[in-house]
Amino acid sequence: MICASACKMNFKNLREYLAWLYYQYLLITGIYVLEPWEKSIFNSILFSAIAMVIYTSYVFVPIHVRLALEFFSGLFGGQPESTMALMN
Amino acid sequence: MTESPTTKPSSWEVCHGVKNGLTADRGCLVKSLHRCNEWHPNNRCHLAEQEEVNVASQYGTLYNRPFVESFEETPMLVAVLTYMGYGILTIFGYLRDFLRHWKIEKCHIAREKEEQKDFVPLYQDFENFYTRNLYMRIRDSWNRPICSVPGAKMDLLEQASHDFNWTFEYTGRIVQDVINLGSYNYLGFAENTGPCADSAAEVTMKYGVGVASTRQEIGNLEKHEEMEKLVARFLGVESAMAFGMGFATNSMNIPALVGKGCLILSDELNHTSLVLGARLSGSTIRVFKHNNMQSLEKLLRDAIVHGQPRTHRPWKKILIVVEGIYSMEGSIVRLPEVIALKKRYRAYLYLDEAHSIGALGPRGRGVVDYFGVDSHDVDVMMGTFTKSFGAAGGYIAGKQELIEYLRSHSHSAVYATSMSPPVVEQIITSMKCIMGEDGTTIGCERVRQLAENTVYFRKRLRKMGFIIYGNKDSPVIPMMLYMPAKIGAFGREMLKRNIGVVVVGFPATPIIESRARFCISAAHTKDMLDRALSVISEVGDLLQLKYSRRRMQPSLVRPFDNNMYEDIDD
Repeated sequence: MICASACKMNFKNLREYLAWLYYQYLLITGIYVLEPWEKSIFNSILFSAIAMVIYTSYVFVPIHVRLALEFFSGLFGGQPESTMALMN
Repeated sequence: MTESPTTKPSSWEVCHGVKNGLTADRGCLVKSLHRCNEWHPNNRCHLAEQEEVNVASQYGTLYNRPFVESFEETPMLVAVLTYMGYGILTIFGYLRDFLRHWKIEKCHIAREKEEQKDFVPLYQDFENFYTRNLYMRIRDSWNRPICSVPGAKMDLLEQASHDFNWTFEYTGRIVQDVINLGSYNYLGFAENTGPCADSAAEVTMKYGVGVASTRQEIGNLEKHEEMEKLVARFLGVESAMAFGMGFATNSMNIPALVGKGCLILSDELNHTSLVLGARLSGSTIRVFKHNNMQSLEKLLRDAIVHGQPRTHRPWKKILIVVEGIYSMEGSIVRLPEVIALKKRYRAYLYLDEAHSIGALGPRGRGVVDYFGVDSHDVDVMMGTFTKSFGAAGGYIAGKQELIEYLRSHSHSAVYATSMSPPVVEQIITSMKCIMGEDGTTIGCERVRQLAENTVYFRKRLRKMGFIIYGNKDSPVIPMMLYMPAKIGAFGREMLKRNIGVVVVGFPATPIIESRARFCISAAHTKDMLDRALSVISEVGDLLQLKYSRRRMQPSLVRPFDNNMYEDIDD
């Protein structure tokens, strides 16, 4: 939807396109009507929330993925090993 | 039941072309039904009786043209984002209220006095919260001062605000030639040149401007009598009476017609004046779903079967109150069905033609003319002179006995000042022009031009991909905006490109369905409409307003819904 109407408008350069995207963000969240200091408060809160999400995922997602893989390989790979050990 | 054919054939032959949507390539059945209604008034008797019997099943025989209305559903993503936007603005509203309460920020709005701080608060509803924290921020789209005639083009005073719309100041410049898509100027009679303005000026020289009395005392000029006879002739009824204000016509006359022990069945989306009049009268009010004939029929049947709430006595009167065109939705009432229902269940009909008089119908006589029904079937016809006639005031028309009764019992007739003579003359001249009695075909041309403009504008807007509500033939065109920030943005962007529009939000509409409302005029030329359409498309791309998910013309009558009766309670 965004790309279709973006193609209709003539953007001279990337800067204008980014400005238009920022304008859409202002309109959709409703920030457009607020005073500048309120806009800054909202933007900083949103930016810090997103930054925390990115940081958390950067720190913890590899660890969780490794643990999950170990758990699942232990579940499937471990079973045949124990029965073989029992038989021997 | 037969209608006098004296004024019909002449204007019918002169105006060809687009007759409110009925184009040449319709099927023969519709054409023959239409001709049947027009040229053989005797058959109307048989048709009406058949209609009464078939009211519940064959809606097709009641209409002489296809009834195409559409109200596209809100896309889910848009609704969610709109609620989110309102949520964020509410949070900031609470923050600002907190700052104002603790005096961290200066408070600009109405506050209670120091002595009244411990009393029950006066200023705490949600609606005031909304006014303080949302309406004020985008207030520059409303109350813009106009400094010329509000015709097809107008001039605006440029205004600027330095404290975020709490106060305005004028820069001294004038924005010239703004295309006017907001005035209710359907036939273009809002002009300061031409026969209407000249005759109004003459009358001012003769009678002055003020009347200094009420109609009942000494304010009944011969001009008023002449105007009322003309209005009655225009509408095809026995008698009519005019009042100074359209709002007061509704709110002061409904209490004179119904009272305690009567039942009013009013449409969901009726205008505030009708709601106020109904409440003032003291009758029981029941609301049926907008333009929904099954809902109305169920209410009628329940009212007749059960009677008044506790005593079960029959109702003294049942009055159905509907409007010709609903100005927020752009929909047209299903008049043939309402009349069939009213005849079957012996109720009375009050039709408010504020927007539709002059704007619909091949001869401009309103929604009665548009559907080709008999004007004697509508018991009380009400309308206003503000919209299509370029004047001010309202009228009530109907049988002679009804109007004589109202002359002595209506509050507006007894207490309100009479209409001013130049305004009366404007009504007389414009009405004669529409009827063709001034010897020219200007009126007829304008009615035709309005129909053409309406169909063209709606078709183009729909093709562009906007969500447009309402009937294909109604000159009131609401275009959905939904998000709160886009309300203010749309108004400002359109003004930057020299087009003046009216945007509407809560509480005039449901909270997520905010819209921009275009009113088409016969004074708009095709160039103006094309320019307006290209600008609307540009702004629509800029603000991402093209929400519609279908590109074809919708052509359905709203289907019968089996769960329609669930939430109707007595």
